Amino acid sequence: MVETQDANALTAYNIQDKDPIVKYREIKKAFGDTEVLKGIDFDLYPGERVAIIGPSGSGKTTMARLLMTLEKPTSGTIEVDGRYLWHKEVKGQLVPADEKHLHEVRGDIGMVFQHFNLFPHMTILKNCTEAPVKALGLSKKEAEERAKEMLDKVGMLEKAKDYPASLSGGQQQRVAIARALVMRPKVMLFDEPTSALDPETVGEVLQVIKDIAKQGDMAMMLITHEMSFAHEVADRICFFDEGIIQEQGPPSQVFTQPKTERLQEFLKRFHMNGSS
Amino acid sequence: MISIDVYSIVLPLLLEGAMVTLQLLVICGILSFLMSFIGGFSRLSGIAPVRWVSGLIIEFIRGTSLLVQLFWLVFALPLLGVNIAPGLAAIIGLSLNYGAYGSEIVRSSIQAIPKGQTEAGIALNMTPIQRMRSIILPQAFRIMLPSFGNLMIELLKGTALVSLALTSDMTEKMMQMRNTVGHDTQLLSLLLIAYFIVGYAVTLLFRWLERKFSAGRV
Amino acid sequence: MSVWDWEFTFADVLPQLLQVIHVTIGATIGAFAFALVGGLILALGRRSQKKWISWPTYGFIEFVRTTPPLVQLYFIFFVFPDLFGVALPAIVAGILGLGIHYSTYLSEVYRAGIESVPQGQWEAATALNFSPVQKWKSIILPQAIRPVVPVMGNYLIVLFKETPLLAAISVGELLGTAQSIGSSTFRYLEPITLVGLFFLLMSYPASLMIKRLELRLDLNRK
Ligand SMILES: Nc1ncnc2c1ncn2[C@@H]1O[C@H](COP(=O)(O)OP(=O)(O)OP(=O)(O)O)[C@@H](O)[C@H]1O
Ligand SMILES: [Mg+2]
Repeated sequence: MVETQDANALTAYNIQDKDPIVKYREIKKAFGDTEVLKGIDFDLYPGERVAIIGPSGSGKTTMARLLMTLEKPTSGTIEVDGRYLWHKEVKGQLVPADEKHLHEVRGDIGMVFQHFNLFPHMTILKNCTEAPVKALGLSKKEAEERAKEMLDKVGMLEKAKDYPASLSGGQQQRVAIARALVMRPKVMLFDEPTSALDPETVGEVLQVIKDIAKQGDMAMMLITHEMSFAHEVADRICFFDEGIIQEQGPPSQVFTQPKTERLQEFLKRFHMNGSS
Repeated sequence: MISIDVYSIVLPLLLEGAMVTLQLLVICGILSFLMSFIGGFSRLSGIAPVRWVSGLIIEFIRGTSLLVQLFWLVFALPLLGVNIAPGLAAIIGLSLNYGAYGSEIVRSSIQAIPKGQTEAGIALNMTPIQRMRSIILPQAFRIMLPSFGNLMIELLKGTALVSLALTSDMTEKMMQMRNTVGHDTQLLSLLLIAYFIVGYAVTLLFRWLERKFSAGRV
Repeated sequence: MSVWDWEFTFADVLPQLLQVIHVTIGATIGAFAFALVGGLILALGRRSQKKWISWPTYGFIEFVRTTPPLVQLYFIFFVFPDLFGVALPAIVAGILGLGIHYSTYLSEVYRAGIESVPQGQWEAATALNFSPVQKWKSIILPQAIRPVVPVMGNYLIVLFKETPLLAAISVGELLGTAQSIGSSTFRYLEPITLVGLFFLLMSYPASLMIKRLELRLDLNRK
């Protein structure tokens, strides 16, 4: 049964007796005539940390946005915790999901954006309590307690009363992480969380993500160009190119013995030539 | 030159007319504000026919001149068997006209909010209505305010047109006085100053509102 | 008698209106030409280093922008003769009134255009030792005006739709003519409706053209 073809057998993470929390099946996505994703099959297990790497334009962001329901797949299915995301089952048939269904399922997913997307007209605290109050129905007090706990975790509690515009990029991203955590998603997506940052603030954000990865049992999908960070945090590395997953496996294997030529080429750019 | 008695005769009438002008300003201001949102949201509707029809109505109103519309409502409509009082016609004409312009303010301000804001709202699992209410509108409103301030000044100036369509506003009162007491220079200067005072008050009000709604920007 | 009388429309109203279209169009062009020049003067006046020029200019712009063009028309038509002893023909007063009013709008447009000229251009003009007049004429204004042409076009349309105002000082333009047809025949519906349609037919295609111009200028800038 332990075939190397089974992607999950390559994972260092212990997933033996769990069902995937996210399943992509034959996912395709085209913008107009250009097919960006050309058939993705991908499983993410509860608590697993997967780093997605690959050249620019290969479709990494698109893959994450499909799961966050920001983009609609052209064909294929995605399942989240046993429920279809983009479809509903009506009398055994799959029909396109409506907003109500999406609302139910996407509660399990959270996302941290490249450009933070904080709400500029709300204080840091309000940024973190608005959705819990509105979408989760928490009381204001509960929401604030949760928000403060998370802001503390990312080291931004002192700034709770400030507005986003007065923070540095790194600080804003830490707030954005706290804001997403307050919703307690089962799966968290990070889309190049540090690539819009000044070099000196990259470290603080990566540290926060590492801390989160160490604790908790939240599954994480990390799109990143920070190879050493990916190596350190991820249970599994997925190499994306030209709209498909070219190669995946535990970091030790992917980084040291890349099988495909494309991955070898790609890693050379980061001075990781496979022999280190 | 300046004769005191002219002012003592004119001022009470001017104030009387000013009340009408102010009423028009407030009533039509509120109505066109509401219509701006109805029109603006319709233009952004997910339902295509709603977009088309609202676009058609807005372009129609913007394309035909305000004064022509007022004349039509006051002089032509009764011939179709619809009799509305000139004051009501004035309110309808002004509100529709400035509401149509305001629709474009609402539409463009909402469209000016970066897509990332909506996407963050989706990622936090807020419903479309929640996103609109707590993320998009508060930010769009800040962008709208200066334009609405200008629109209100335009409305104020537009109210003077009702004097040509059988409503007795500030301008109409003064033009009547002209006929009876003369003194064009004083009367018309007074009238201009009166409009300027009201307009300046509107400007100050909107500056205050802009300050009030400016939280979050450094 | 039916509600809408086609015979009356085509035999009486339309010919009479066609006869005065040139008044509406002439007033529009005259007032706009005035505003193009007046707006530039106001914009430059407002930029002046000399406070005794810039402040009154600012005050004038604010005052004119905040008060109704209708009342301004009356002022020019009725008060000028009092002050200067010359009665202006209605059409001249009309062109002057609308021209002055729209000068204040256009001054803002010029200002935005001038402010969009990059600092380096000013410095280059100084470095090349242009005289102030040369600098404005050959460096600054050509660059300032180009991007704001569509905005000016929009004001031309707005101004066009405001010309019915001139009926108030009995200029025989479209609306005034419609009004007098109405009062002599007791049929207002046809003439006023036609005037409205005329404005729609002129201004809507014009605004579409300006939108296209805007897009083209936009593309050129990139
Ligand atoms: N909304 C869209 N409309 C059209 N094309 C799009 C859209 N979004 C993405 N694309 C295209 O899809 C391709 C994949 O984009 P995607 O953002 O997923 O790549 P990526 O792997 O995240 O790249 P990067 O590392 O630069 O972020 C690109 O060629 C992009 O131009
Ligand atoms: Mg990307």
